[in-house]
Amino acid sequence: MNEMSNALVSEGRLISENSLKERLIRGLTSWEAILGIILIIEFVYFSFEAPYFFDSFNLLNASFSFTEKSILALSMIFVIICGDIDISVASIVALSSIVIGYTASIGADPWVMVVCGVAVGAAAGAVNGLLITTIGIPAIAITLGTQSVFRGICQIVLKNKAYTEFPEDFAYLGQGYIFDSDVPFELIVYLFLAICIGFVLHYTGYGRKLYAIGNCTSTAVFSGIKVQRIRFYNFMLNGMFSGIVAVFLTSRIGSARPNMATNWEMDCITLVVLGGVSIMGGRGNIIGVLIASFLLGYLKYGMGIMSISGKVMIITTGFLLIGAVLLPGMLDKVKENRKLRRQQKELDAQRN
Amino acid sequence: MERLKALHKNREAMLVLLIIASVMAMSIGMPRFLKLGNFANIFADSSILIMVALGQFLVILTGGIDLSIGSMIAFCGMLGALINMNYPGLSPIWCVVAGALTGAGLGLFNGVLVAYGKIPAIIVTLGTMGIFRGFTYVLSKGQWVTAHEMTEGFTNIPHGTLFGIPNIILFAILTSLAIYYFIQFTRTGRELYAIGGNKAAAVLVGIKEERLQLLIFTICGLISGIAGVLWAARYAAAVNEMATGFELMTVAACVLGGVSISGGSGLVGGVVLGALFMGLLSNSLTMIKNMAFYQMFMQGMVVIIAMVFNELMARNSNKTVLNRRLK
Repeated sequence: MNEMSNALVSEGRLISENSLKERLIRGLTSWEAILGIILIIEFVYFSFEAPYFFDSFNLLNASFSFTEKSILALSMIFVIICGDIDISVASIVALSSIVIGYTASIGADPWVMVVCGVAVGAAAGAVNGLLITTIGIPAIAITLGTQSVFRGICQIVLKNKAYTEFPEDFAYLGQGYIFDSDVPFELIVYLFLAICIGFVLHYTGYGRKLYAIGNCTSTAVFSGIKVQRIRFYNFMLNGMFSGIVAVFLTSRIGSARPNMATNWEMDCITLVVLGGVSIMGGRGNIIGVLIASFLLGYLKYGMGIMSISGKVMIITTGFLLIGAVLLPGMLDKVKENRKLRRQQKELDAQRN
Repeated sequence: MERLKALHKNREAMLVLLIIASVMAMSIGMPRFLKLGNFANIFADSSILIMVALGQFLVILTGGIDLSIGSMIAFCGMLGALINMNYPGLSPIWCVVAGALTGAGLGLFNGVLVAYGKIPAIIVTLGTMGIFRGFTYVLSKGQWVTAHEMTEGFTNIPHGTLFGIPNIILFAILTSLAIYYFIQFTRTGRELYAIGGNKAAAVLVGIKEERLQLLIFTICGLISGIAGVLWAARYAAAVNEMATGFELMTVAACVLGGVSISGGSGLVGGVVLGALFMGLLSNSLTMIKNMAFYQMFMQGMVVIIAMVFNELMARNSNKTVLNRRLK
């Protein structure tokens, strides 16, 4: 292996970078590895501290509490990798949920309800996308406005009432288990969507373009990437995923109210950033976000089991978020220093 | 069209017209609305928003954003109310001072992370939004401080009057004047525009970006701290959930006042009028039967329309400048 790289790469520096030890260090200091290690520590800790934590039924059941937010985070990866942000997702969830509630109230089939919910979500996302790409206002400003508008529509439509009547079949989506096992249907959908998003992100041209846009928008434009169109699709997809989340959430809690999913956009962005996606765009991958979703979800569950109050959870999440951004920067600096020192050593060796 | 353009150049005039128009619309629907006392009320209701929006304005001016404002208000308001509850003999001024200092400390924490941690402001404040809110619960142990636990002196901080003007309005006016002087006539204030307009150029001419960021986040925290105590005193209740989502109101007020969200432009007058209009919108709608449900929708629409209008007008004026040069 070493000889092969020797033949291929003439510079000695590159070979030493590719040696097993170096690769191991690079792998272990990667963000996903750190997240994975934290996740393992978390599991071990809670298993020792809380007797009912490590139980397959409990663990699978606890996933109900975070799969919806995690699905929301999946499409948010696209938006954030492009350097945008969408803080209207939670309002789109509420809006879709209201539509689902309305279709249920006029006695539609469950599949009609699902289609309507997802379609309205996609339409709301398209409104975001259109305003952002055609007028050219920063995404944070537009979605700040639409956040109020979408939730405002819910308040106008529902006033202070709520839809609470849903057909029984519909309840399966958010409450059901797959094939009589302990695995929630929601969790399977989440994993499936994660695989889809991961595939698009890492194995298709569309995904590569996202990184190109996030790293340098003007270069991407001059390379012939249809930047505005891709950004538009991202926002529409984000809306569509919000619609999907609305289906699960409405089905799980069995009601549709204007104040649903309040502040979820913040949780969702926290999740994506904690997963190692750079808020400036251009960096991040699906594995990190996937691990982060389980990390946060089971942290909450574990703390709940140990009867630690929710306020500590808010504080922990906040510190995790800041740490998640602070730490990679520091790691990069350490890596940079190591590299510089090595180069210096090699230069010295050459001189001697 | 020409006249419209001239009007756009003077955003403050446009906002004043907008405010007058909506006041007229309100009074047609509700004759009681047009009472002098009611105007003082509306102004007083918007005062806290004006103060905090100005803090937000400074942060946005440098290209950042502060999402932790609502949580800082809650923390400092709770702190002020708790001090008042536990030491009723203490002059309520000390509650305000404690709130201001604590707010400044919280803002400094944000500032250090943004300036020296090199983390984008939106991420830092998204995190501290949760952290400060969480510490509010810890501080209050989940309890509320209700009206009968506060001394009269404390609830009189905003309601008391000086020369016939309620103190809370004086607070807003003083803050506006101070910020106006700061960004219009001091060197540091002008540097904020430079940083927001072109960061690379500003750093090259020797403007210390980190120090400025530290300063404005601290100022923003300080204002939020004072506003928090005023909030608790005005509504005579310190609730853990108070001012949730208020940060977005402040951003909306800034955007409405013509502050560019990417930094570098905006005026104090615009922000004050923008905040006044947002306050008017939310307070007047709640007075009309069944209109309270339209409040959120209207606020969002106003923000979007204002931004689209800003952008289209800016594009138009760029084109005219270009045409003039080409000729």
